[in-house]
Amino acid sequence: MTFFSRLLHLDRLESEAIFILREAAAQSQNPALLFSGGKDSAVLLHLALKAFRPEKLPFPLLHIDTGHNFEGVTEFRDETATRLGERLVVAHVQDSIARGSVRLASPLASRNAAQAVTLLEAIEAHNFDLLLGGARRDEDKARAKERVFSHRDAFGAWNPKSQRPELWDLYNGRLQAGENFRVFPLSNWTELDIWTYIEREKIALPSLYFAHVRPVVRDGEFWRPVTAVTPAAAGQVIENRVVRFRTVGDMTCTCPIESDAADVAAIIAETRLSTLSERGATRMDDKVNEAAMERRKREGYF
Amino acid sequence: MTQTKLVRIVTAGSVDDGKSTLIGRILHDSQALMTDQVDALSNARFSRAEKGDLDLSFVTDGLESEREQGITIDAAYRYFATPETSFIVIDAPGHEQYTRNMVTGASNADVAIVLVDASRLHQGALKVQTRRHATIAHLLGLKVVFAVNKMDLVNWSLKVFQEVEESLKRLSRSLGITNPAIVPINARSGDNVVTISPAAPWYQGASLLDVLQSQGEGTDLSDLPFRFPVQRVVRVDGHKLEAQRGYAGRVASGQVAVGEAVFVGPHRRPTKVSRIETYDQSLGRAEAGQSVTLYTEDEVDAARGDILTGPESSYANRVIADLCWLDDQAWDPRRRYLLQQGTAAITSRIESVLHIRDMRDLSEVRGGQALKLNDIALVQLHTQTPILADHFQDNPKTGAFILIDPETNQTAAAGMIRGVV
Repeated sequence: MTFFSRLLHLDRLESEAIFILREAAAQSQNPALLFSGGKDSAVLLHLALKAFRPEKLPFPLLHIDTGHNFEGVTEFRDETATRLGERLVVAHVQDSIARGSVRLASPLASRNAAQAVTLLEAIEAHNFDLLLGGARRDEDKARAKERVFSHRDAFGAWNPKSQRPELWDLYNGRLQAGENFRVFPLSNWTELDIWTYIEREKIALPSLYFAHVRPVVRDGEFWRPVTAVTPAAAGQVIENRVVRFRTVGDMTCTCPIESDAADVAAIIAETRLSTLSERGATRMDDKVNEAAMERRKREGYF
Repeated sequence: MTQTKLVRIVTAGSVDDGKSTLIGRILHDSQALMTDQVDALSNARFSRAEKGDLDLSFVTDGLESEREQGITIDAAYRYFATPETSFIVIDAPGHEQYTRNMVTGASNADVAIVLVDASRLHQGALKVQTRRHATIAHLLGLKVVFAVNKMDLVNWSLKVFQEVEESLKRLSRSLGITNPAIVPINARSGDNVVTISPAAPWYQGASLLDVLQSQGEGTDLSDLPFRFPVQRVVRVDGHKLEAQRGYAGRVASGQVAVGEAVFVGPHRRPTKVSRIETYDQSLGRAEAGQSVTLYTEDEVDAARGDILTGPESSYANRVIADLCWLDDQAWDPRRRYLLQQGTAAITSRIESVLHIRDMRDLSEVRGGQALKLNDIALVQLHTQTPILADHFQDNPKTGAFILIDPETNQTAAAGMIRGVV
């Protein structure tokens, strides 16, 4: 005998995420919600409001700031926190560099992997025992393996070879001192689900997600944005192209795609037809090697 | 948005019978793989495919150690949709060592595809893991569909297929599975996976994907008795006279309307629902699956861990349950375990093991008093306070529980209530 719920697809995903958010808050002492201003964290924050309003959120927002942000994203982050009256904690990779816990090969090197160090320092400084994140299983083959309540040891490390069993929706959030959980309420959402939900709920996003003209250079299969930290190399031709970002991350590893999709409806239409995965089309940090995401996560990354 | 059916599938069966390759094949042939993901397959390290071919098992075997060893360690979740159905496919490991990951995957699925390698059976004898996985899938209430894989290696022989079919029917009978679908396939080439192949003209049935899509939906959870595990208590101050407490949670089963009577906890304190709220709406009614906040007419002193029920409910502090033991540490009869049911965590003790299933012949071995990793047993449990005694087969939402080792915090067992003492 099997059973089903007759909720519609997005309603089912929404309700599941709210359920997970409430379990995470109830089973932890000192949680935080990772909020970068990106689309997945904007959806996660919206769901948190649905889970906890009319009360204040039972956790602060936390951003691990590489300092290499595209224009408008930190402003969007700050305005959102202010508008909602919620506390925002920002931990800066720059501070880890100053402390000496992060050493970069060169001043303009990518700070993406260094985020794990700053994140673990923030967890320790604030005694966070659970972090809510907007990661989805459809993003990456290592994420596809991860539990909703993902246990991290005292070093913040994910051990993919011995994850805690996770039965039905009975989440076991018990920890030893010093350990933490990463909890992913959007685990079962796809990129298309995120966009159709943004459309339905009219969730605000940074303008970067929509088509705009930007100076870029061709770099293999990518259009690499030309910015202060990613200048064009000698001999590269700078072109002004109509592009949008499918993911918003560190400037040194995130590339836009050519697109004239200027609103959410156009993005949904484009997403339905896309033959490239979201990270495959945009993220240089995943191209380093086959297991790039898995290795970062073992070191404490989101 | 139109209503689409959700079908959650888990793979099961012994190691190397082709589970990951099958999932890769289903995704590939359903056009659910992106170009860059296919490109990554053709360049993958440790690929076992012939030159110019793809190792489809790598679609879901995404961990470094999995690719290096050519095995599946933990369950992977993939998503795709046909116009009528949205699928979650969960690729679970076959090794006995990773059975707990298979149980994890199965607990989040509705249908299990149990794979059998047609080329490696002797006189139709099934492997222990095939029996174990079919047993687990059936205990967890999944529909079981059998796929007889690698038919090319036996030249699509009808005789071999019939031998395997006979064994699978015997296994089904001993588990109480009626009329299981049994599909001959070749996952590597895709024969009979998404489309019917001319390789086996004697096979009159549907392709595996069609069989999966046509699985009936079963019972609507909204038609079961009302169950609402309280996740948190909401305090709304507002005007002093209206200061109220609400109960936030998700309707596990059944439905409830404003004005209806609900009951709290083992003492079944009655009250009435005065309001049903979501973030931006007041509802007249809430049904299975919805996350809402319920307000009651009286202060009923409910808290996280309590379950609000409709008029039909019974509680017990001694229950009979099936257990899948998942912890490396064996059961210690002297120790207590936390029983998590809904949002409640209650101290409990396993009083006795009624029987353990022998996976070689599925017989029930009585008299054992040890439970270790991967054992499946029927036990009697004693809980410190009474728990809702819903039977798993009647209500999987509240009939399921986990046991947690309070010292290590490990999830030690998955449990399914089968009766009261």
